[in-house]
Amino acid sequence: MNVSDTALLLARWQFAFTVSFHIIFPAISIGLASFLAVLEGLWLKTGKVVYKELFFFWSKIFAVGFGMGVVSGVVMSYEFGTNWSGFSAFAGSVTGPLLAFEVMTAFFLEAGFLGIMLFGWTRVGPKAHFFATLMVATGTLISTFWILSSNSWMQTPQGYEIIDGRIVPVDWLKIVFNPSFPYRLVHMALAAFIVAAMLVGACAAWHLLRGRRDAGIRKSFSMALWMILVVVPIQIAAGDAHGLNTREHQPAKIAAIEGLWETEHGGTSLNLIGWPDMENETTHFAVTVPHLGSLILTHSWDGEIQGLKSFPREDRPNSTIVFWSFRIMVGMGLLMLLLALLGLLLRRNARLYEARWFQRFALLMGPSGLIALLAGWITTEAGRQPWVVYGVMRTRDAVSTSLTVDQVGTSLMIFIMVYFLVFGTGIYYMLKLMAKGPDLPRDQAEGSSSDDTGRGRDRFDHRPLSRPTDPIDE
Amino acid sequence: MHIDLPVIWAAIIGFGVFLYVMLDGFDLGIGLIFPFFDREGEREVMLNTVAPVWDGNETWMVLGGACLYAVFPVAYSVLLPATYLPIIAMLCGLIFRGVAFEIRAKARRTQHLWDLAFIAGSGVATFAQGVILGSLLQGIDVRDGKFVGGPFDWFSPFNLFTGIGLLLTYATLGCGWLLMKTEGELQRRMAVLMRPLTLCLAAAVGIVSIWTLLGQPGVAERWLTMPNLLFFLPVPVLVLACVIGILTSVRRGADRAPFLLTLAIVFLGYSGLLISIFPNIIPPSLTIWQASAPRSSQVFTLVGAAIVIPIILSYTILAYWVFRGKVRQGDEGYH
Repeated sequence: MNVSDTALLLARWQFAFTVSFHIIFPAISIGLASFLAVLEGLWLKTGKVVYKELFFFWSKIFAVGFGMGVVSGVVMSYEFGTNWSGFSAFAGSVTGPLLAFEVMTAFFLEAGFLGIMLFGWTRVGPKAHFFATLMVATGTLISTFWILSSNSWMQTPQGYEIIDGRIVPVDWLKIVFNPSFPYRLVHMALAAFIVAAMLVGACAAWHLLRGRRDAGIRKSFSMALWMILVVVPIQIAAGDAHGLNTREHQPAKIAAIEGLWETEHGGTSLNLIGWPDMENETTHFAVTVPHLGSLILTHSWDGEIQGLKSFPREDRPNSTIVFWSFRIMVGMGLLMLLLALLGLLLRRNARLYEARWFQRFALLMGPSGLIALLAGWITTEAGRQPWVVYGVMRTRDAVSTSLTVDQVGTSLMIFIMVYFLVFGTGIYYMLKLMAKGPDLPRDQAEGSSSDDTGRGRDRFDHRPLSRPTDPIDE
Repeated sequence: MHIDLPVIWAAIIGFGVFLYVMLDGFDLGIGLIFPFFDREGEREVMLNTVAPVWDGNETWMVLGGACLYAVFPVAYSVLLPATYLPIIAMLCGLIFRGVAFEIRAKARRTQHLWDLAFIAGSGVATFAQGVILGSLLQGIDVRDGKFVGGPFDWFSPFNLFTGIGLLLTYATLGCGWLLMKTEGELQRRMAVLMRPLTLCLAAAVGIVSIWTLLGQPGVAERWLTMPNLLFFLPVPVLVLACVIGILTSVRRGADRAPFLLTLAIVFLGYSGLLISIFPNIIPPSLTIWQASAPRSSQVFTLVGAAIVIPIILSYTILAYWVFRGKVRQGDEGYH
C-alpha cells in the first residue's frame, strides 16, 4: 500500500504546524527560566526589591508558557506514532529513549522544583527557593539537551547498526554526542535566551512608551539590552561554527541555503539575495559577492563549496525555502545587533529611557527572537530533506503506510482550530500579563499585590498555569 | 543471568497505564458529571478536590506513551495509526479540558464557555480512550509489524460500546471520589447519583465481558478451559461482590468505601484485560517480544525510568497525603 503524495505532504504540513506552534513555548520558558534565576540571584545578593518584583512578574509569564509547552508537546510525541509510524518503527529505538529521557526530566522537575519555585515562596527559605529556581532553569536546559540530541542524531546519525531493516543502537555515547549536537545545542539554548531577552525588552519598551519610568521597567529594559548586546555576538559566532559543521556533514543543505548550483573553483561567491529555482537549477536575480561564500563557509579565500548540481535531483533540499528562511534568521540577528549597539550608544548619552524612537524599535523587535528561531528551525529541518534520518531514511518512507488523505487532512484541520483557539488564548493571556506589567513600587508597599507573589497559597500547588491569578477576560 | 527485559518493561508500562486509568479516571469523571451540578459554588468545590493533582494524574499518560515509543516502538507504530482519529480526538479533548480547567478560574464573563469546554473535553477524551481500548481488545490487523487495516477499523459497535463503558467507569470513579471528598448537600446528591451509575457500570462490564467471549474465540478459550477457569473465576465473582459492596455502602452513607470499591472494579477489569491479551501487546498476534526495541534501547531507558519513576511515585503519594480530607465550599481555592 502506497501513501499518496498528498497525504505525505499534509503529514509534513501537520508536523511543521504543530512543532512550530509548540517550540514557541519551550523557547520562552527556557529563556525566562534562566532570566528568573538571574533575577533571584541578584535579589539575594543586593537585597534590592526591584529584582524580587521583576521575579514575581516574569514568573507568571514563565508559568503560562511552561504550561502551554507541556500541553502542546504531548501532541508531538503522539504524532510520531499516528503519522510517522514508519519512522517510529525504524528509528524509534534511538529517538524513543531520547524522548523518554526528555519527558522524564520534565516531569521530574514538574514534580518538585517547579512547585517550590512558583508557589513555595513562604514555605522555604530564600536560599532553598533560589536553589529550586536554579534547578528549574537547569532542568529546562537538560530537556533541551535530550530533544536536541534526538534531533541532531536525525541530522548526523552515528553509533548505530541496521539489522533486519531496523536501527539498532550500538553506542549511546556516540548517539547522544553526535557530530552536529554540540553546535545545535548551543545555538538553540542561546536562541532561547535571545527570545526571552527580546520579549523582556519589548515589554519594558511598551511600558516606557506609555510613560512608566519606575525602577522595575528601567531595570528590565536595561538588563534585556545588556543581554542582547552580549549574547547576539556569541550567537553569531556559534551560528558560524554551526555552519562549518553543516558544510562538513550536510553539504547539500549548505548548497541549498546559499542557492549555489555549480561547484565554483578558486573561491565561491555568495548570493546575498536571489530566487533559487529548483526546476531550472538556477538562482534568479542573484546579487553576488565574489569569494564571500568561501570566506564565510570555509574561512578561507578560495575554499570550495559543493554546488547543488553535484547532488542527484532526488537528494536535494528545497533551496527556495531554506535560502530565504536562512536569510530571515540572519536578518533578524543583524537587526538585534543593531538594536543592542544603538542601546549602548544611547546609554552613553543617558538617553536610553527617553528616546521614543528607540523604544518603538525595541517594541517592534519583541517577536524577532521567535521569528529568527522559527526561521532557523525551518532552515535546518527543510534543509535535511528529503531525508528524515539524514542519508539513512527518506521522509517518504517514514510516513505511516496506512495514512489516508482524509485522516491527515481532518486531523490537520482539527489541530489548526484547536491550536489557534487554545494556544491563541494562552498567547493572548501572556500578552495581557505583559501589557499589565510589573506592579508599581507603591502597590508593593501597600501590600495589595500579595496575591501576585504566590503568598497566602502555601498549599501543595504546583500547576504552572494556576500561578497567575489575573483575570483573562476583563 | 538473562533478564527478560520486555517482560519488565511490559510490567512497568502496564502499571503506568493502570495508574493513569485509576487517577485520571476520577478527574475526567468529574468533568463527566459536571452537567448535573451547577448550583452556586458546587463546581468550584468539585474542581478544588482535584486541582492539586489533576495534571500529575496526566503525567502517567505522557510517560506511558513516551516509554511505549521507546521500548516497544513496533507496538507504538501499530496502535497509533490503527486508532488514528480516536487518538487525535483524545489529545484535543485533553488539551481542551486541561486549559479550560485553568482558564475557567481566571474567567469571569466567559466562564460558562470554559465550563462547556471542560465537559466536552472530558467526554471526548474518555470516549476516545474507550474506543482505543475496544480496538485493542478486538485485535488489530498487523502484517510484518505494520498496521494494514483501514482508517475506520476502530469504528465498530463493540468499540463504540467500550467507549460508553469507559464513560460510565470514569463517571462512577468521579462520583465516588466526590462522595469521599465532599460533605453535606453536595455529598448527598453524589450518593443519589452513585447508585444508578454503579448499576449501569456493572451492566456495561458484564456486556463487554460476554461480548468479548462471544466475539473472540481465543479469549474465550483462555478463560473457559480448565484449569484456567478456576484461577480466573475470582475476577468476575469479585466484580459482583464490589458492585454489591458499593450499593450497600452508599446506603450506609459510607465516605470512602464506594470509591475504593469502584477502584477495585477498575483494577479487576484491567486484570481481566491483561489476562485476555498477555503476552500479546497488540492482539491477536503481536507479542511483547516481537514489538520490543533492541535490548540496548530498553536498558538505556530503564536506567532513567528506575531513577525517575520512584521519585514521581513518592511525590504523587505525598501530594495525595497532603490533600487528604474533605474539601468545603468557601475553602481557599487552588486557582
